[in-house]
Amino acid sequence: MARQMDFSGYDPGPYYDEMFDAAGVPRPGCRMLYEKIISLPPGEVLARQAAAEQALYDMGITFTVYGHEDGTEKIFPFDIIPRVIESAQWNALERGLAQRIAALNLFIADVYGKGRIMADGVVPRAVVESSSGYFPACVGLAPPRGVWCHITGTDLVRDEGGRFLVLEDNLRCPSGVSYVLANRRILKRAFPQVFEAIDIRPVDDYAPLLLDMLHAIAPAGSSRPTAALLTPGVFNAAYFEHTFLAQQAGIELVEGRDLVVADGYVHMRTTRGLKRVDVLYRRVGEDFLDPMVFRPDSLLGVPGIMEVYKAGRVAMANAPGTGVADDKVVYAYVPRMIRYYLGEEPLLDNVETFLCWEDKARRHVLANLDTMVVKAAAESGGYGMLVGPAATPGEREAFAAKIEANPRNYIAQPTVGLSRTPVIVGDRFEGRHVDLRPYVLYGEDIRVIPGGLTRVALKKGSLVVNSSQGGGSKDTWVLGGPAA
Amino acid sequence: MLSRVAEAIYWMSRYLERAENIARFIDVNWHLTLDAPGARTEQWTPLVRAMGDWDLFQEKGVSQDRDGVIRFLAFDPSSPNSIVSCLSRARDNARTIREIIPTEMWEQINVFYHLARNASGDSRAILANPYQFCDEVKRRDLTISGIAGDAMSHDEAWDFLRLGKLLERADKTSRILDVKYFILLPHPTDVGSNLDYVQWAALLKAISALEAYRRRHGRIQPDRIAEFLLLDHDFPRSVLACLLRAQQCLHAITGTQVGYFSNPAEKRLGHLCGDLAYKGVDEVFACGLHEFTDGLQTRMNLVDEACYATFFATFPAIDAAGQQ
Repeated sequence: MARQMDFSGYDPGPYYDEMFDAAGVPRPGCRMLYEKIISLPPGEVLARQAAAEQALYDMGITFTVYGHEDGTEKIFPFDIIPRVIESAQWNALERGLAQRIAALNLFIADVYGKGRIMADGVVPRAVVESSSGYFPACVGLAPPRGVWCHITGTDLVRDEGGRFLVLEDNLRCPSGVSYVLANRRILKRAFPQVFEAIDIRPVDDYAPLLLDMLHAIAPAGSSRPTAALLTPGVFNAAYFEHTFLAQQAGIELVEGRDLVVADGYVHMRTTRGLKRVDVLYRRVGEDFLDPMVFRPDSLLGVPGIMEVYKAGRVAMANAPGTGVADDKVVYAYVPRMIRYYLGEEPLLDNVETFLCWEDKARRHVLANLDTMVVKAAAESGGYGMLVGPAATPGEREAFAAKIEANPRNYIAQPTVGLSRTPVIVGDRFEGRHVDLRPYVLYGEDIRVIPGGLTRVALKKGSLVVNSSQGGGSKDTWVLGGPAA
Repeated sequence: MLSRVAEAIYWMSRYLERAENIARFIDVNWHLTLDAPGARTEQWTPLVRAMGDWDLFQEKGVSQDRDGVIRFLAFDPSSPNSIVSCLSRARDNARTIREIIPTEMWEQINVFYHLARNASGDSRAILANPYQFCDEVKRRDLTISGIAGDAMSHDEAWDFLRLGKLLERADKTSRILDVKYFILLPHPTDVGSNLDYVQWAALLKAISALEAYRRRHGRIQPDRIAEFLLLDHDFPRSVLACLLRAQQCLHAITGTQVGYFSNPAEKRLGHLCGDLAYKGVDEVFACGLHEFTDGLQTRMNLVDEACYATFFATFPAIDAAGQQ
């Protein structure tokens, strides 16, 4: 006999729990969901979880398990219990994100333009120019509308007090938004009655907004611009997302070999000859974009495309060079950028960050490694990091040596006790740590998609939510109410 | 549309059609063996010969009995024309054109592939009774065709999809006639016998042609059957009907009027359609049925090659421009 799944015995622990307050009472926005879950007959929660997993499998949102040459495939772990964000909290978050993106965009334009912020000593020139995402070849570029970071995914966490903090900015080719859309589709099947009963802000307009943004940045004079998504190809880990977004936005999915520069424009090779492309949603990194400007050995890019871009005859999102603001050292300066460019106080705080290239900060970090999270400045995906409290003395020692050897490459942050939310573990609920990656589009104006990807560290006690490190995802519900 | 995309659609469609036809091949042979019980040895190797995979089959040393042949044709991932290989490649192609094909179609192909792959992991029940599996494969491919017809715009992508499907089907219908050719009747007196009749009927049934044939020609007669499967204008699996429809797709793609040609693919296919359209079945038999279908298959391969050169290969002129 299947067990009735309720929340008896569920322990929110010393963390901020997304569903329950400290006394174990469901938060107001979660009440309806809570009641729905406990009203389900025995076995039903697990049946719906299984149905959701099967649906993801059938939709082909899978990856091939490494080491299984016979083609064994798995879905990315997914938990059907949604994470709920209340309207007022979201509105504050949205304003903070819009402010941050506006400042970051001005920063990138400045870095490749006049360099005022460096001349004024607000951000050290050495930091900017040593960022692995800084490309001298991009100096002097002038993207349409002055917009550089068209698509951003900002990683947010919540500390023990429930306060949202920015953990990092992803301005290169942030992935994951396809899971936001797929997760929502699945959840509508899993909990249709809850969707009927409460006002959950839709995310389905992401693809049309993406298309509007791409059209908005098209070179002047293209009345019906042709947009395409440039993918590295079928072996890329995010290929599913590339196909999905191209399909949803109704644009062509192209690889470098489908494109050619001729007569000063970028064209696709079609069955009827060449066809001009006006806008590229670029999911190929700068390194590989144009072998004539960046890595000469790249086979994924399009020779000569940067010349066309400079001439303003093709637009790209994101603009080449935006990765400079992806650097985790540069991240530490974002609050200062907001004050510098906008004359405003940041609405969203960073996690307190120590820059190891500053002597005093480095000494502090090395003395407190057991309480800190240390990250390599240019890495992502949960690679190249040390979670101090979870590491062995030997691991900490080895990491300390790396920091000493290359201080510019490391930042450290106090370990944040990330908020938790219930996930299904066996036939019960347990709290697991989560973060949140909302997606922001910047074309004519800045649009924050309500919700985002909630990533969850499925390993008990783990603070690392990256899918490459055993993380899963959840649907994120932003409740309706007066808009921001 | 992109040349790469056009090629992916064309091959996705060909592989799906191929998988369906292999299921039909297995099905026809299965029924033949049921109808010829007793001392007669089951004949399964003719299937492999008709598919043109005889060399590979021998090389791999597969046992020549029913289990060996069905496993080879349906489940062997190292045989490029097995059902599971075809579906794997159809899916690989579909994956690269997700933005072109309807979501429902992708999901069907994905689920279809997993079904075949799971079946190949535990094939004992299917080897004992392949009917259900073959039927499932047929139905699933028909479903996908239905989605294509009703959920895709009938634009250039659709024409490439149809072109691939029709050329593949024409090839396989010509080969299914070969199954009958390769099956040796135990004794010359069996020709024209009840058994002969049963075999021809099974063959027609396998390609869903028995009822249509009956309405058209009534009695089971080998020459009429050959005529029906090769030269009929209306039956959608006859070689000529497939090629004429493929020709329409080809001309829809290029915009060239039928009767004219603007590239080698149109020229070769036009020739072939003309030859078949004005051929009498007596001429086919005069040439020898097997020899005739063999020649047909060679010419259809040339059409495929011409399609590749015309639409899918990168244009040399463009490459020159790219090097400026």
